[in-house]
Amino acid sequence: MNLPLSITKNIHDWLFELMSAPIAAVVEMVLIAVAFLGFFALAGLLLVYMERRIAAFFQLRLGPNRVGPQGLFQTIADALKLVSKELVVIDKADKFLYNLAPYFVIVASLMALSVLPFSQEFHAFDINIGVFFLLAVSSIGVIGILLGGWASNNKYALIGAMRSGLQTISYELSVGLSILTIVLLAGSLQISEIIAVQQKGGWFIIQGHIPAFIAFMIFMIAGTAETNRAPFDLVEAESELGAGFHTEYSGMKFAYFFLAEFINMFIIAAIGTILFFGGWLSPFGITESIPLLGVMWFMLKVLGLVFLMMWFRWTFPRLRVDQLLTLEWKYLLPINLFNIVFMAVIVWLGLTINF
Amino acid sequence: MTTTIETNTFKSEEYFINMGPQHPATHGVLRLLLTIDGEIIKNVEPDLGYIHRSIEKMCERDSYQQIVHLTDRMDYLSSHINNEAVCLTVENALGLEIPERVKVIRTILAELTRLASHQLWWGVMGMDVGALTTYFYGFRDRELINDIFEETCGARLTMNYNIPGGLMFDIHPNFVKRTKDFIAHFKTKLPEYDTLLTGNVIFQKRTQGVGILTKEDAISFGTTGPVARASGFSCDIRKHHPYSAYDRVQFNEAISTVGDTFTRYQMRIQEMWESISIIDQLIDNIPDGDFKVATNAVIKLPKGEFYQKVETARGELGVFIVSDGKKSPYRMKFRSPGFSNLSALKKMAVGSKLGDLVAIMATLDIVVPDIDR
Amino acid sequence: MSYFSDIYNGVKTLLTGMSVTGKYFFNARKEIITQQFPDNRATLKMFDRFRGEVVMPHDENNEHRCTGCQKCELACPNGTIEIIWDRVVDEETGKKIKVIDKHIYHLSMCTMCGLCIEACPTDAIKWSQNFSNSSYDRTQLTKVLNKPGSKIMPGVKDKE
Repeated sequence: MNLPLSITKNIHDWLFELMSAPIAAVVEMVLIAVAFLGFFALAGLLLVYMERRIAAFFQLRLGPNRVGPQGLFQTIADALKLVSKELVVIDKADKFLYNLAPYFVIVASLMALSVLPFSQEFHAFDINIGVFFLLAVSSIGVIGILLGGWASNNKYALIGAMRSGLQTISYELSVGLSILTIVLLAGSLQISEIIAVQQKGGWFIIQGHIPAFIAFMIFMIAGTAETNRAPFDLVEAESELGAGFHTEYSGMKFAYFFLAEFINMFIIAAIGTILFFGGWLSPFGITESIPLLGVMWFMLKVLGLVFLMMWFRWTFPRLRVDQLLTLEWKYLLPINLFNIVFMAVIVWLGLTINF
Repeated sequence: MTTTIETNTFKSEEYFINMGPQHPATHGVLRLLLTIDGEIIKNVEPDLGYIHRSIEKMCERDSYQQIVHLTDRMDYLSSHINNEAVCLTVENALGLEIPERVKVIRTILAELTRLASHQLWWGVMGMDVGALTTYFYGFRDRELINDIFEETCGARLTMNYNIPGGLMFDIHPNFVKRTKDFIAHFKTKLPEYDTLLTGNVIFQKRTQGVGILTKEDAISFGTTGPVARASGFSCDIRKHHPYSAYDRVQFNEAISTVGDTFTRYQMRIQEMWESISIIDQLIDNIPDGDFKVATNAVIKLPKGEFYQKVETARGELGVFIVSDGKKSPYRMKFRSPGFSNLSALKKMAVGSKLGDLVAIMATLDIVVPDIDR
Repeated sequence: MSYFSDIYNGVKTLLTGMSVTGKYFFNARKEIITQQFPDNRATLKMFDRFRGEVVMPHDENNEHRCTGCQKCELACPNGTIEIIWDRVVDEETGKKIKVIDKHIYHLSMCTMCGLCIEACPTDAIKWSQNFSNSSYDRTQLTKVLNKPGSKIMPGVKDKE
């Protein structure tokens, strides 16, 4: 059996020495959950700050720079403000589903976070179907968006939710197929295994050359669509729908949606890093001897991809609903299917680039 | 019998949304009553009057000098051209001979106003289709024009620089240099507008073939300005009925026959190039002379009806004065371009998607205070 | 075949768009156009024709140039200016002349059209370059332009 909980072996062993096995397991789970909640909040706030600052530089502005050094605490101040705000109760809304929706979104992104490998052996949950689990879990979030839009008794929110539904159903395919292209190369769904293959033969984007690059482009496009960010932000298209599915949410419930959007972006970038850029591996193996530096490499690569997604957002206009579907079904999907065959042929003939 | 069962089972239901008066895409307090089937628009009814301030009625109370500053507040993005329209009407009615210097300065300022208005429109157009960054690039260049206005006229938006008989005061000594600097700067930035937005494949897909207005419809709805010219209706007042110094400059009327949203967009980009060329031709030869001719402190127009039309950034602005010989008009009527252009919205938008409506509204370039007055 | 050229051209236009924004991002230090307003309040200078609010300049003897002719009051479209005046006997000539008691200016109603300043025959009022004139109390926006105890400059005559 794979070690399900091997974040740091020392803590694990120490806990199991200290108390009986069942209690230790529970304590360990709680510790991990707290750690991930903390990471979720911190990374979310940091990403929001990063987005605002980067957007400002794209737009010839300064961005938040008053609260704390370089405005670093701005998002914390905003979060405190959101906590203190009134949670508006909507008349004739489906109260139960309305209140449930933010938790769906947030639980989905937390679950997806749990399988990400931050470094060698620095892994909360390394199951043998890791990539599949990530895909499956990350698409639960859309149920929260659908529920939120449907339950808040607002037509703008409803339109936004319906758009979200059709968007996720279509783009889920492309994300899955582009991941499948890489799984062909890796020969495994387990994340640690995928990275181990890359450690031997180079990052997949180099190993798989042309088809891997095509898969990467498709993955980035579809991943951006998965997270409902511009140019695929039809769900909240502020010039069309006001605020889309979260029109009627206020205070902390809105903040859940907002944070989850950024964490989803982080997760998509992390999957991209694991599959195409070797996860926590350092370039040319320069710091392979120090596993802790893997965290740094992993975060650097993830933030690089996140920056790419922000760059998309602050450059491109938004697509229209029918064009969104045209792009997926007429362009991405056929190319993707062709690309899988291409990749299979390459793997079969052994044309991959191996170091 | 079977057909009725089928239609009942798969009945698509139309529903109704209020777009506005508080909505980001309506640029102010315009309210659109939308009937929608899914995403497809079945009917659009603009509902006006949320920012009606009865400017026409207030004009009947004010003297002719005072009327000018009210027109700043109609189409606030082409306030200088509005002022000019009223001044021209009054001057024509009085039969005043306006110095050449005034005419040239007015023309330069009017073209700068058109540029500023189109820059803002370009930014907002990008924002409406989802590219937020364009807004800031548009505003970056617009600020430079606003600086020119502020230095010469004292205000950035509601200038009130024209008075019946000329200008309130002479141009600032820095005016010519600042304008030249701006033109040199903007000539390098305008191609960037094209690479960033015009050439973008998403933007083209969003706008091409969307919201088509035929030439017949354009004429029958009374649309003017870039909206009508995109449909092939040649209606540039500067070309057909030149006023101020437009008879001595060379420029082309931007015109096309396609009539879709993308063409309306292109018309305005072309107009920016034309405005640059007009300013280029005039800025070096501002004639010397007086900046105004003396008028009576209390202007009284002769009895009669007077009409003057000018080309604002949005189209034809007509000023109609009925005078009974007193110090204020008996009746004042503004023919605002935005109102007529908006009336064609239903023709363009029905059958398209919700996202298209926003793009169409953006290329109509409506200013709601101009529609309501 | 147009299918593939569409993809190629599409990707190309997207990349050119990204190069434009990217250029600004990587030169952000030079290109930033916004100002940090309350910080630069002390150094911020308006243009000398800027229409901030109407003021009445006084010289060192606490004298102004307003004759109380009320032309500004008539020129104003909004009733922003109110002049409270009186007639006193001029000591030199023995004639009765107009003297202002209070020149009241309602900044809250002013549209900054500049007609009053154009109308003034003695250049008694002019624009100041103040900005950010907002206040928490609207009574503070009603200003008396002539200072208490001020009188008219000798020699300034209303043109009859």
